[in-house]
Amino acid sequence: MKGLRNYLSRIKPNFMPGGKYSKLQSVFEGFESFLFTPNTTSTSGVSIHDSNDSKRTMTVVIVSLLPCLLFGMYNIGYQHYLAIGQAGAGFWDMFLYGLAALLPTIVVSYVVGLGIEFIGAQIRHHEIQEGFLVTGLLIPLICPINTPLWMIAVATAFAVIFAKEIFGGTGMNIFNVALITRAFLFFAYPAKMSGDAAFVATEPVFGLGGGTLVDAFSGATPLGQVATATTANPQITNIVGEPISTLDAFIGLIPGSVGETSTLCILIGAFILLFTGTASWKIMLSVFAGGLFMGWIANMFPSATYPASSLSPIDQVCLGGFAFAAVFMATDPVTGARTETGKFIYGFLIGVIAILIRVYNSGYPEGAMLAVLLMNAFAPLIDYFVVQSNIKRRLKRAKVNN
Amino acid sequence: MAEIKIKKGLNLNLEGAIADTTVADTECKSFAVIPDDFTGIVPRLDVKEGDSVAAGDVLYHDKTHPEVKVTSPVAGRVAAIVRGERRKIEAIVVEADGSGRSRRLDVAQAGTRELLLESGLWCAMRQRPYDIVPNPSVKPRDIFITAFDSAPLAPDFALLLKGREKYLQKGIEVLASLTDGEVYLGCSPDWVPEVKGCVVNTFVGPHPAGNAGVQIANVKPVNKGETVWTLDAVTAARIGELFTTGEVPFGTIVAVVGESVKRPHYARCTMGCSMASLIGNDVDEPGNCRIVSGNLLTGSHVQADGYLRFPYRQVSVITEVANPADFLGWASLSPRRFSIYHSFTRWLLGGGKPARFDAKLNGGERAIIMSGEYDRMLPMDILGEYLIKSIIAFDIDKMEQLGIYEVAPEDFALCEFADTSKLPLQKIVREGLDKLYKEMN
Repeated sequence: MKGLRNYLSRIKPNFMPGGKYSKLQSVFEGFESFLFTPNTTSTSGVSIHDSNDSKRTMTVVIVSLLPCLLFGMYNIGYQHYLAIGQAGAGFWDMFLYGLAALLPTIVVSYVVGLGIEFIGAQIRHHEIQEGFLVTGLLIPLICPINTPLWMIAVATAFAVIFAKEIFGGTGMNIFNVALITRAFLFFAYPAKMSGDAAFVATEPVFGLGGGTLVDAFSGATPLGQVATATTANPQITNIVGEPISTLDAFIGLIPGSVGETSTLCILIGAFILLFTGTASWKIMLSVFAGGLFMGWIANMFPSATYPASSLSPIDQVCLGGFAFAAVFMATDPVTGARTETGKFIYGFLIGVIAILIRVYNSGYPEGAMLAVLLMNAFAPLIDYFVVQSNIKRRLKRAKVNN
Repeated sequence: MAEIKIKKGLNLNLEGAIADTTVADTECKSFAVIPDDFTGIVPRLDVKEGDSVAAGDVLYHDKTHPEVKVTSPVAGRVAAIVRGERRKIEAIVVEADGSGRSRRLDVAQAGTRELLLESGLWCAMRQRPYDIVPNPSVKPRDIFITAFDSAPLAPDFALLLKGREKYLQKGIEVLASLTDGEVYLGCSPDWVPEVKGCVVNTFVGPHPAGNAGVQIANVKPVNKGETVWTLDAVTAARIGELFTTGEVPFGTIVAVVGESVKRPHYARCTMGCSMASLIGNDVDEPGNCRIVSGNLLTGSHVQADGYLRFPYRQVSVITEVANPADFLGWASLSPRRFSIYHSFTRWLLGGGKPARFDAKLNGGERAIIMSGEYDRMLPMDILGEYLIKSIIAFDIDKMEQLGIYEVAPEDFALCEFADTSKLPLQKIVREGLDKLYKEMN
């Protein structure tokens, strides 16, 4: 590694102000600090530091997303082969199909997002920050597989510029960047984001998985079916008309956005996040508590007007993006509540509102995304009250003493 | 006696601890007083280069409160007055002449306060708010004495105060006469000195349980408008000795520790002695080591030709940069890397193995991303992150409301250690306190 280190040191002057490529200073330094931990030592205060840094933190989140990502790829293939009547296709056929179908989205998301980050860092003469490494992977995982690449590019650019960079970059944003991307797609191109055609890849990709759709095919997600149902207790089926059980929804071999279908894989990710101490258990737990609570209330008063109210609380948290939002979206420390008490309130309200939207707003089959975004806006208010209570306690103490 | 449990915080188990507790004698010619050690004093010199001084003679006094004085730890000649930018006095160097002359103060004549001020021991105390040398015109609400140090590799107070309990007792009596409130002694369960005339509390829990700020917060927090004094038990014993013998004891025992020290040991020396006399060539890689006077969390960085600094009881030496080409350090799976997070593999080793550190930040400075990190390390009823943000924004109202008067930079040392965003929190707090002091006075 010494050779590479020496090479970087040798070419570094070219990228410094006054050098030939000084316009690429931030990019160079970004790659340099990616390859070699900077040798900066503390100049004041403590002389020793914890090994954890922001790069490591983001890496842990990416690792915790891998089960969802890999399962998502497999599930894309699984749904595809099911749709073309070849449910017996091999594991690798399915996985490779999913990989080929998803890879372009991942590449587009990273290229567009990181490109904008690089430019932004250079304009502000900042170091390149790691936040988008996670966002860039979240975006493909929360979008329907059939979203056109140009839409991903436009939405990512919009989110990175208007939800993040104008607020000052990583750590400064008010709304979750990945969810803004998703919300942009949802409101700008609603036809492509819902219904039958969005969630199951039916076309061959790079020559893989050719075939014709079976007659019984319907690509609607379970929540989509519920939302458009006209009777109480609608029967949820998979894409070829067979009934879906709660266990199927938990394992995740159902149509849906790429990363959100498997509650099992999400829980593996949750375990990694919690065990490493990267995400807050308080938020995660209270989102599930809120969801189960609201699901239970809705289920107590089932109504044909709101068919989703007939789903059991367990189904509510296993279906759709609820679990994914609870584990990976609500726990974003930058946009969530930052006080310890606030985290409980914040999480609980996300859970409640997600199910509330899902059940009582028949226009939106899924409410997790909107619930998190809404509570992102309210997180500072929750924190304000918690901080205020600390201030009041201090004032009261002073008055008692004097 | 009350037992107070501290839950938050972290005990850092580092390499380079002292195994053999014999105290070695050292010899030193050159001593220095560093004005930066006595925050809150604007020095006005009473000596010039070439002057001859006895131990206990006044070197300089404060501009606004001329009765606050800093004294020479040894008898000798003022060899140099080192000045930095804008003629700021950085050090007053005294070459010892070996005569051992020392100034005697008349214990019977002078009042308690006057004697403390004249002896220079006043400057070894601090006041909250602002964490500065106490303002002599303000009577403190209470006085808090810390009788243990919970910082990494810190010396054992039982050893520092061995045979000095009678002076500690006397010191507590002297201090009690300076306040209408109580004198509190904060001890660890391992060593509780038998003293009377003060409230003894034991603190059970990890660092920063030994910090005065943490002890105050858990006993009787400082409110706006109140002043408390803080000092360590070693200083209290020195005060006791002064009031018994009339001479200021400038001797001290220093723990010389850290992974780069070949033989960690205790050394008997005099305040302000040279680093060379304490560590000499006894370190690995002299060109690549960081010498800290104090513990690794709050101590001052000094050069090898520097001097021992306040509070004169610990010197820590570690490697500056252990691995200059740390390839993909953020992806490391090595259990040698210490982290409070389980994202590194160190937890596989169990808790017992002492950790190694170099002085690297281990990352780049970022906006505050992780939440609750400071709260984990700050056992006070203070919202660390919000206080830090209010200091950065210098919003005086918010700083007051969030408890700036209760904290000292050292209380944020552990937060700074753990901070994923690598922000210089102690510096932020120090600058905030200084600016606030200027605004309010």
